[in-house]
Amino acid sequence: MKVGVVTFPGSLDDADAQRAAQIAGHDVVPLWHGEHDLRGVDAVVLPGGFSYGDYLRCGAISRFSPVMTEVIEAAGKGLPVLGICNGFQILCESHLLPGALIRNDHQKFVCRDQRLRIENASTAWTSAYSEGQEITIVLKNGEGGFVADTGTLDRLEGEGRVVARYLDHNPNGSLRDIAGITNERGNVVGLMPHPEHAVEELTGAGTDGLGFFTSLAGLVGLTASTFA
Amino acid sequence: MPKVVVDVMPKPEILDPQGKAVQGALPRLGFSGVVDVRQGKRFELEVAGEVTDEVLAQVHEMAETLLSNPVIENFAVSVLDPDEAADGAR
Repeated sequence: MKVGVVTFPGSLDDADAQRAAQIAGHDVVPLWHGEHDLRGVDAVVLPGGFSYGDYLRCGAISRFSPVMTEVIEAAGKGLPVLGICNGFQILCESHLLPGALIRNDHQKFVCRDQRLRIENASTAWTSAYSEGQEITIVLKNGEGGFVADTGTLDRLEGEGRVVARYLDHNPNGSLRDIAGITNERGNVVGLMPHPEHAVEELTGAGTDGLGFFTSLAGLVGLTASTFA
Repeated sequence: MPKVVVDVMPKPEILDPQGKAVQGALPRLGFSGVVDVRQGKRFELEVAGEVTDEVLAQVHEMAETLLSNPVIENFAVSVLDPDEAADGAR
């Protein structure tokens, strides 16, 4: 599949996300924040980093960049979109996902290998896992505390829209240990930890993250024209 | 030029780690008696011409769409008193 990776000013992990998609067997298409063009991709990754310097709020300014207009429209039609870390923040600011991400409750930046449990293995980005599977990938954030009102949290849990939860240790004060969520349709996923940093034995915390990128292969039959 | 002010505050039920850090620092500096600190943002928008109802409605829209995130923050719009603005400049 053709996987687009958006680069915003201040993106850090776009190159790693491109590499992860490539290792998973996809054709990688770099996308630029300033263009109203998705270049016919079949899926989009919004990578981690500090887009627009995290000014105002993380993701608040990126959400109004030209490429996001296209991403939001295509996501509404079912285009698979994965937001990692800053990408998750952008998806929340875009209202493609509910809730928000605030400063870690302990006020410090955190960087660690994090154990997670995959809670929903039926999304576009998690079908390569099994429900309940435990994986370890890198977590690194300063503003990764997932918050939403009680009604929203209950709905997310009731509808099976919590994609992954933190195990052993809640690293950032996220409510109900939520590490990632999805939309109703399961095509948009936001995740605070970084699967793209765990795709090769040589670096990172093993290869547990690769499944997020190989999951797309399960979406055969979908082409860019489906979302045009 | 008239100024319109948008004050943005974290909602009461949202944890405010920055406010907590400030609150923790105050006693160390010898300031006592502060039982809670909430940290927000203040935007001063300088507008061309008069501050009409239409301008205020637009500022409301700006505050709702960009300046605040309604999921975690509340905002309040006010017009800066010209005397107060002059005081501030002194």
